[in-house]
Amino acid sequence: MHELVNTRHNLQIDPHLHIWGWEIGVYLFLGGLVAGMMIISGFFIFTGRTKNTKCSCFLIPIIALIAISLGMLSLFLDLEHKLYVWRMYLTFQWTSPMSWGAWILLLVYPVLIVNVLLKLPEELYGNFPHLRKISEYLNSSHSILQTIGMISMIIGASLGMYTGVLLSALGARPLWNSSMLWILFLTSGLSSAAAFIHLVAREEEERRMLAKADNSFLIFEFVVIMLLLVGFLTSDQVHIEAVKLLLSGEYSAIFWVFVVSLGIVIPLIIQLMAVNNKIRHTVIAPIMVMLGGLILRFVIVSAGQASHWSGQVFR
Amino acid sequence: MARYGMVIDTKKCVGCMDCVVACKVENNVPEGYNRDWISYETAGKFPKLRQEIRSERCNHCDNPPCVYCCPCGASHIAETGGVVLIHEDKCSGCKACIAACPYNARFMHPEGYAAKCTFCIQRIEKGELPACISVCPTYCMNFGDLDDPQSKVSQLLEIRKHHCLIPAAGTKPQIYYLT
Amino acid sequence: MKSVSRRKFLQISSATFAAAATIGPVNYLSKGSKLIADDKLQKGIHKIPTFCNLCFWKCGAIATVKDGTLWKIEGNPLDPLSNGRLCPRGTGGVGAYSDPTRLKYPLIRTGSRGSESWKIVTWDEALGFIADKLNKIKAEHGPEAVAFFAHGIGGNFMKHLFKAYGTPHIFAPSFAQCRGPREVGFELTFGDPIGSPERTDIENTKCMALIGSHLGENMHNSQVQELSKAIENGASIIVVDPRFSIIAGKAKFYLPVKPGTDIALLHAWANVMIKENLYDKDFVSNFGFGFEQFVAEVSQYTPEMAYTETGIEPQVIVDSARELARSKPASFIHPGRHVTWYGDDAQRSRAIALVNALLGNWYHKGAFFKPVKMQVPPYPYPEYPEASQPRADNPDRIYNWADEEEGLPTGIRDATITGKPYPIKSWVVYATNLMNALPNQEETQKAINNLDLMVTVDVIPSEIAGWSDVVLPESTYLERFDDLNISPFKIPFVGIRQPIVSSPDDQKPNYWIAKKLSEKLGLTNYFPWNNIEDYLKTRIESAGLSFAELKENGIILGSKKPIYIEDGLEYNFKTPSGKVEFYSPQLADKGLDPIPKYIKPDEPPAGFMRLLFGRVPVHTFGSTQSNPILRDMIDENEVWINNDIVRQNGLNNGDYIRLRNQDGVVSNKVKVKATERIRTDCVYMAHGFGHQSKALFNTYQKGASDSQLVTRYKTDKLMGGTGMNVNFVTIVREA
Repeated sequence: MHELVNTRHNLQIDPHLHIWGWEIGVYLFLGGLVAGMMIISGFFIFTGRTKNTKCSCFLIPIIALIAISLGMLSLFLDLEHKLYVWRMYLTFQWTSPMSWGAWILLLVYPVLIVNVLLKLPEELYGNFPHLRKISEYLNSSHSILQTIGMISMIIGASLGMYTGVLLSALGARPLWNSSMLWILFLTSGLSSAAAFIHLVAREEEERRMLAKADNSFLIFEFVVIMLLLVGFLTSDQVHIEAVKLLLSGEYSAIFWVFVVSLGIVIPLIIQLMAVNNKIRHTVIAPIMVMLGGLILRFVIVSAGQASHWSGQVFR
Repeated sequence: MARYGMVIDTKKCVGCMDCVVACKVENNVPEGYNRDWISYETAGKFPKLRQEIRSERCNHCDNPPCVYCCPCGASHIAETGGVVLIHEDKCSGCKACIAACPYNARFMHPEGYAAKCTFCIQRIEKGELPACISVCPTYCMNFGDLDDPQSKVSQLLEIRKHHCLIPAAGTKPQIYYLT
Repeated sequence: MKSVSRRKFLQISSATFAAAATIGPVNYLSKGSKLIADDKLQKGIHKIPTFCNLCFWKCGAIATVKDGTLWKIEGNPLDPLSNGRLCPRGTGGVGAYSDPTRLKYPLIRTGSRGSESWKIVTWDEALGFIADKLNKIKAEHGPEAVAFFAHGIGGNFMKHLFKAYGTPHIFAPSFAQCRGPREVGFELTFGDPIGSPERTDIENTKCMALIGSHLGENMHNSQVQELSKAIENGASIIVVDPRFSIIAGKAKFYLPVKPGTDIALLHAWANVMIKENLYDKDFVSNFGFGFEQFVAEVSQYTPEMAYTETGIEPQVIVDSARELARSKPASFIHPGRHVTWYGDDAQRSRAIALVNALLGNWYHKGAFFKPVKMQVPPYPYPEYPEASQPRADNPDRIYNWADEEEGLPTGIRDATITGKPYPIKSWVVYATNLMNALPNQEETQKAINNLDLMVTVDVIPSEIAGWSDVVLPESTYLERFDDLNISPFKIPFVGIRQPIVSSPDDQKPNYWIAKKLSEKLGLTNYFPWNNIEDYLKTRIESAGLSFAELKENGIILGSKKPIYIEDGLEYNFKTPSGKVEFYSPQLADKGLDPIPKYIKPDEPPAGFMRLLFGRVPVHTFGSTQSNPILRDMIDENEVWINNDIVRQNGLNNGDYIRLRNQDGVVSNKVKVKATERIRTDCVYMAHGFGHQSKALFNTYQKGASDSQLVTRYKTDKLMGGTGMNVNFVTIVREA
């Protein structure tokens, strides 16, 4: 028998850490989604798909701008010292993933705006002729477009990775403490973004391509999750205890049902059948993928806070 | 440069919480929050039991993840004895430092900044002991410069068996428990 | 005069709390505190010496006032009791000032007794009301019809008032409900009681045995400080307790005794020491009386016999006896403090004293020193009137060794209920919560309902206040002068209590209340001093000491005196034989066992466990649960139940349950502490929680009250103490 009791009773700390709620989950999801969007859109631009005026690369940046702003609003809502958010921009702390993130977020905006400026509605050009000149300039050479595409992909990837590193750098929470986490969040961001763009894309060919890409992302994500679990299970006791929260503990039902089954495996099956023309494309699978991505963030944020080191001294 | 730390004798500690009360009064810790606390650990089967009682708080780690993760530079290592402190006026309340601490030593002050044990820096800079130590009726707590081999804390670590908490987390805590 | 309902009373009571809450928690320590009118003290840090009142230990303290508001209280380094360090309650003493439940105004009851409905009155009205009734009672029934109860030094002035009034009925539950048995047990054996603070020289001991005493959970400051030194010196500790207490975790030997069987163990220890020739033969032959009879008596208590009773392995009994004997005379069995357990407590204390006698440790360094006291004459008051009738609490002195100064509160309660030997018409209670201090609350309520006048003076609305006709709000110790502290200890000293801040509302100090009441009772000749400082000055100067120095330093130390044989002290056993009485002719004369006998304790009925209670280090009895700082440490108690029992009942750690006792009384809901740290035949909880007074709104019904469950008690034949660990409880699941 082992008894370890302590007299501390701090709000949001005891009995289990609970400092981050839905806001952080939403923020991480939207950050991942935007990251995926920027990578896919950047890829489209980089590979010269801008020639097709219906390319979703013209639409995605606008949606991404809205999504990242919602994400930042969500993050802002979580801050306890809301009026002091600017303090993050008075400094750059290279050891702090959150500081990196704050600055990456700041870079996301100009990149997305440049993306948006590639092609604006005709009415805007009418009212603001200068904008047309900018668009014309951006589209004037292949290398400019390739640079924009490349930068979008790099910044998107940075954003996607950062959302994972943010958590995995917090070694005090064993369940976050895996270098697989950024790969998982990046992949999940890509699969959610592919699913989303798949929903809004106007070209049949693009939709098919995105569905196929999404299937690859989902397969990859599934593999990453399995590797993440294996990584924990073959680690030390603290990490084994932590991963048990997902495997058999408090969070296992939501993890296996909503994240793995409904968020990855079943939409993957649906989309595999769809791309093989066994069934028609519907909105169901993409929505399931996105919800799966959101719930993944919720589960990881909550279960990660529940995972902890033990101050136990007697073995 | 000095490296301040605590060496706490678990053989003497009775877990009376005087340290907790003193901290509260000295530092005006708001109701419902603790900067320090007592852990009571028991193992075995009745009546063959062993017990350890510890007065716990921020470990003022040499490798402090709470400082590394702070995006604002609010969490920092002070000039004075390597004490880990928070600039309240730089903190944005992002709570990363709270998540980063394996000891759960930090909390959000109701006024919106991260808070924790400061080793009573305002007292130690005047040459006084931290409040928790100054009241302890069992004299189980010692404070001093761990880098000075002549200090009482160093000498206790020299001659007594000791451990620190969660060494595997790699934070290099600077509070030691004598057993 | 306006009438207030209980709700309104609560509103009044919580007004400052609400104010503090809107300001925010940061300022809760000191909001509203004002320094005693002294302009030059308003700015900066000022330190005022005083002594603590969070328990009866009376540690010297220094309060710090910052910019005119109370900040903190620390130990006074000059004080031999605190050595500059207070216990957690003392450190949290500032919370006594800011306690949101504090009584604010004098109250007169408007509803039925116990209904907690009041009207606010002026002091003049309240004291006039009391005086009218007391005068009437005196005229009709004589002054003996009034009983005064007090706990702590704050009661001195009112105690004096009631002695002047003419009643012999002065009570304190600290004897018959607490430490009385050990005083009697030791006095019968060595001719001297233990006294308070205890005369135990823990710091120099090489081996100490604790019988159920949970030092470290009870924070008697000097004792805990000395314990730590003993541990540092490598002293070995033997703990005898059904519960693996904090100190058990530091013990070389932990003896998980079956509750109620201690005498079997103690005699077995004596048996081993005698059989193995480990006892102090010189001491016993020079100073022992009736040793042969004792040898004969304990010869039957072999370790094997004790094993069957106590459940402690014979080898452990032998080893622990040897451990004690090895270090003699610097080894001892601690007499304990709250020792009213099973009704044979004075005899158990005698059994403890007798093993100590075998160790020859009386007056020895590392065991029992001889306390010394500062000689400060009492104030030159006129003689008290002689009582015209014998005391009613102990008619015919049935309990021959009952204490005269502290009386038998349950005895006077019986007299109040029955009207025999004569009617008791009034209780005046100062700072002792009789509802929780005495066993069987129903009897206390029955007695109160027989009274013409029930008065309580206290700082917080305790349960007994709720049953009173008049409630007088007292200033806390931080707001008043009090009588001098002249405790017997290792060095003579005198300490002063002085006000740090002024009372926030209409509270008054006890000396003011006593003096004002004396005016209304026509007893002004008993209060010849003009103000309290005159009184204190007169006393301290009559001892040849400086009042100014005392006020400045808080403590004046006397010169060192011998307290050990090692210092050249000589024995003086004040027993009838002049020796240490292994066999007590006094007891034999009264038809009581001259040598303690072990009596088998009652077994719990099936499914029931014995209810044991004790303390937590951050609370004193039931008086501190509403203190905002201490409440923040522990705000409700838990019931300790062995893991196996918890599992058998399908419960988990942290579940809420209720306890039902053998008489069907059900407790308030209480959290289960599922633990290995207790036997399976008993449960344990900290005393003082589960408050039933609604006016203690911040702690009302938090945790369970052992006092509610203690409906039965066994009265000690020697001294009338009430053994309270004789109740059995069973688990009631909370839906």
